[in-house]
Amino acid sequence: MQKEILIAGFGGQGVLFAGQVMAYAAMDTGHEVTWIPSYGPEMRGGTANCTVVISDEEIGSPLVKNPPAVVALNLPSFDKYENLVQTGGVVVVNESMVDRKAERKDITVIYVPGNEMAEACGNRRLLNMVMTGALLAAFPVLKMEDVKAALKAHLPAKHQKLIPNNFDAMEKGFAHARAQLEGIPA
Amino acid sequence: MPRELLKGNVAIAEAAIRAGLEAYFGYPITPQTEILEHFARRMPELGRAFVQAESEVAAINMVYGAACTGVRVMSTSSSPGMSLMMEGLSYIMGTEIPVVLVNVMRGGPGLGNIAPSQGDYNQAVHGGGHGDYNPIVLAPSTVQEAIDMTVLSFDLAERYRTACIVIADGSIGQMMEPAELPPMQPVKRKDWEWATNGAIGRERRILSSIYIEPAEEEVANLRMFKRWQEIQKNEVRYKEYHLEDADFVVVGFGTAGRVALSAVRTARQQGIKVGLLRPITVNPFPYDVLDELSKRAQAFLVVEMNMGQMLNDVQLAVKGRVPVEFYGRPGGVVPFPDEILSEIQRVATTDLQVVSDPRHAWYERMVEYLK
Amino acid sequence: MATLIKPENLVYQRPEAFTEFPTHYCPGCTHGVAHRLIAEVLDEMKIIDRTIGVAPVGCSVFAYNYFDCDFVEAAHGRAPAMATGIKRVLPDRVVFTYQGDGDLASIGMAEIMHAAGRGENITVIFINNAIYGMTSGQMAPTSLPGMKTTSSPLGRDVEIHGYPLRMSEILANLDGAGYIARRSLHDPKNIRMAKKAIRIAFETQVRGLGFAMVELLSTCPTNWGITPLESLTWLEEHMIPAYPLGDYKVAPGVAEIK
Repeated sequence: MQKEILIAGFGGQGVLFAGQVMAYAAMDTGHEVTWIPSYGPEMRGGTANCTVVISDEEIGSPLVKNPPAVVALNLPSFDKYENLVQTGGVVVVNESMVDRKAERKDITVIYVPGNEMAEACGNRRLLNMVMTGALLAAFPVLKMEDVKAALKAHLPAKHQKLIPNNFDAMEKGFAHARAQLEGIPA
Repeated sequence: MPRELLKGNVAIAEAAIRAGLEAYFGYPITPQTEILEHFARRMPELGRAFVQAESEVAAINMVYGAACTGVRVMSTSSSPGMSLMMEGLSYIMGTEIPVVLVNVMRGGPGLGNIAPSQGDYNQAVHGGGHGDYNPIVLAPSTVQEAIDMTVLSFDLAERYRTACIVIADGSIGQMMEPAELPPMQPVKRKDWEWATNGAIGRERRILSSIYIEPAEEEVANLRMFKRWQEIQKNEVRYKEYHLEDADFVVVGFGTAGRVALSAVRTARQQGIKVGLLRPITVNPFPYDVLDELSKRAQAFLVVEMNMGQMLNDVQLAVKGRVPVEFYGRPGGVVPFPDEILSEIQRVATTDLQVVSDPRHAWYERMVEYLK
Repeated sequence: MATLIKPENLVYQRPEAFTEFPTHYCPGCTHGVAHRLIAEVLDEMKIIDRTIGVAPVGCSVFAYNYFDCDFVEAAHGRAPAMATGIKRVLPDRVVFTYQGDGDLASIGMAEIMHAAGRGENITVIFINNAIYGMTSGQMAPTSLPGMKTTSSPLGRDVEIHGYPLRMSEILANLDGAGYIARRSLHDPKNIRMAKKAIRIAFETQVRGLGFAMVELLSTCPTNWGITPLESLTWLEEHMIPAYPLGDYKVAPGVAEIK
């Protein structure tokens, strides 16, 4: 088994941390995993992305050209990665910041009003957890309980009080994506 | 020790600390600055020496000074900074003292960029400083290997009184992977018979790279070469993947090697009998292993994130028996597995000739590919 | 005659801090005087066995042969960086560099400035003879305006080559400097004053009072192209006006030593 996830958005949207939470969950459940960020000038106020590869054997390339799963938190990321995601793959889109629908028909696209849902959970910075929850529903590479456990285990002590909000955000994102997958109107 | 999710740069720094590093001297440069930052916090809290030098030139000479006292000392940098350290490296090699350096390579030449690259292979392996010298050069491809090789570097440097250079690249420095750090070793000051640490109760010592008499310098060069032969005999390290029945052999180190592994696996699924040799010591280079492989393989494919540098060492080992092809992405571009897969397919299905410089044909293919 | 050679008649001998190695310096060169002053100070302070010297590139490249202590040989200009590396891991040792004007004020400018700026607890002996000696007579950063050298054959033209650098004045401005002084080696009185300054520079280090440097105005009869005696006069008449003698920085703790 090997699965790859690419998460992209603006710096400050929690892109890198969302990837790290999944990397921790993969490690804690006994998988091999790589987490690799874009780094350097493009991070300073521009776009950021990270790639997480989860596998049962020694991981070769930590980068993938055509990932099976993409989380796009803004329009530039959606524009770029809609074309690169694998046939049959999944794109989870933050429709709060993307004003168009997908053009491709050979992929599954989940639309999540991430900003609004995060606000509803009490903090707009929970966007990354809403989107992580949605991804787990559409791309079940990790179990929700495992990701939650990883978050609890690796979140610094000073942020531990935010755990319930983070769990709530993940669950809401998960439920939203599940409903969409099952054709239930939001 | 439990597995932790560690960033390559941080892992290298912490591994060095646990290997008994007593002093670090460095200068900030991307993509290795997290190494310096980790030391900046950790070394003072352990009561060990940390200096942010005024330049890489100064940093390597601080390393030179501290190394003369016999303690475990290191510096780290990235490509442009390593160029500035080449003067000091030559002096260190000429003085025959143990030093550990890490180069988290980035795109070049010149200021280049900060993306992952393997453009400094020749600088490290075939000498970037003046004079004849052979440092040990290790090329990790994972965070775990970066840890293990950093620790190993100190042992090798001391065993052979030489510089040991770890060449990683920006992606290994910036990547996070689960890895296990070694247990904390106490700092052990060894009473080296050569260290200039104050002539208290003994004859004075001089450490220098001067041999003003050419005949003496010649003897020194020969002595260093004899030691290098020992290193070549004892310290070659590499990793083999699917080579047992391989008709085709991909050779790649570091990140290029692990990207090639993905391509080799896919090619195997497609029925191509291809394997991968990933040199871990690029100096000493696994010439003998490649020599043996060249007696049963039909062709080689060298994959590097540069314009073809290790390529020459593979050719030296293969001795023209079979074709050695090249695929490279220079300038800070990391290849994707599908590019290497296409190259494997090409090598496996084309009637290739032995040529002295396969880069000319590669260049033509690259121009076509980039259109 | 032989009866005169008795311990009680001894007024002059080789310092214990010297080896028996004959120096390679040219006749009339003041490097030998500077070396001797350092050796006498190391003897008087009884610190030779815990002293580590850092030799430069230049005429004094072989300084390591003459002092009976551990020595390392630096790359050109890098002695203060190398000394930093040694002192940081062995803070209880006495570390000194011995550098000429090309080494310290030209190629090694960054290293000396930052060692002083960090307040690196080392002692620097700076030989300023206004010329490159080892490469046989090229212009130094301290060559005087109008001074003829092999690389300024018509005399140093400040319009082309700029002005000499006064290192003591420059370094005295840095907070990390504990003691900065300029002395001259052109006559016995000044030599005695130079030795005092060298003593203070080593005391500064031993007491942990920061960076210390003594600049010694020196002669180079060979490359100046005049006799040793004329050189001493030339130093007095031309160099001292350009490089005034004196203490440029005496930190409060150092003032107490004096």
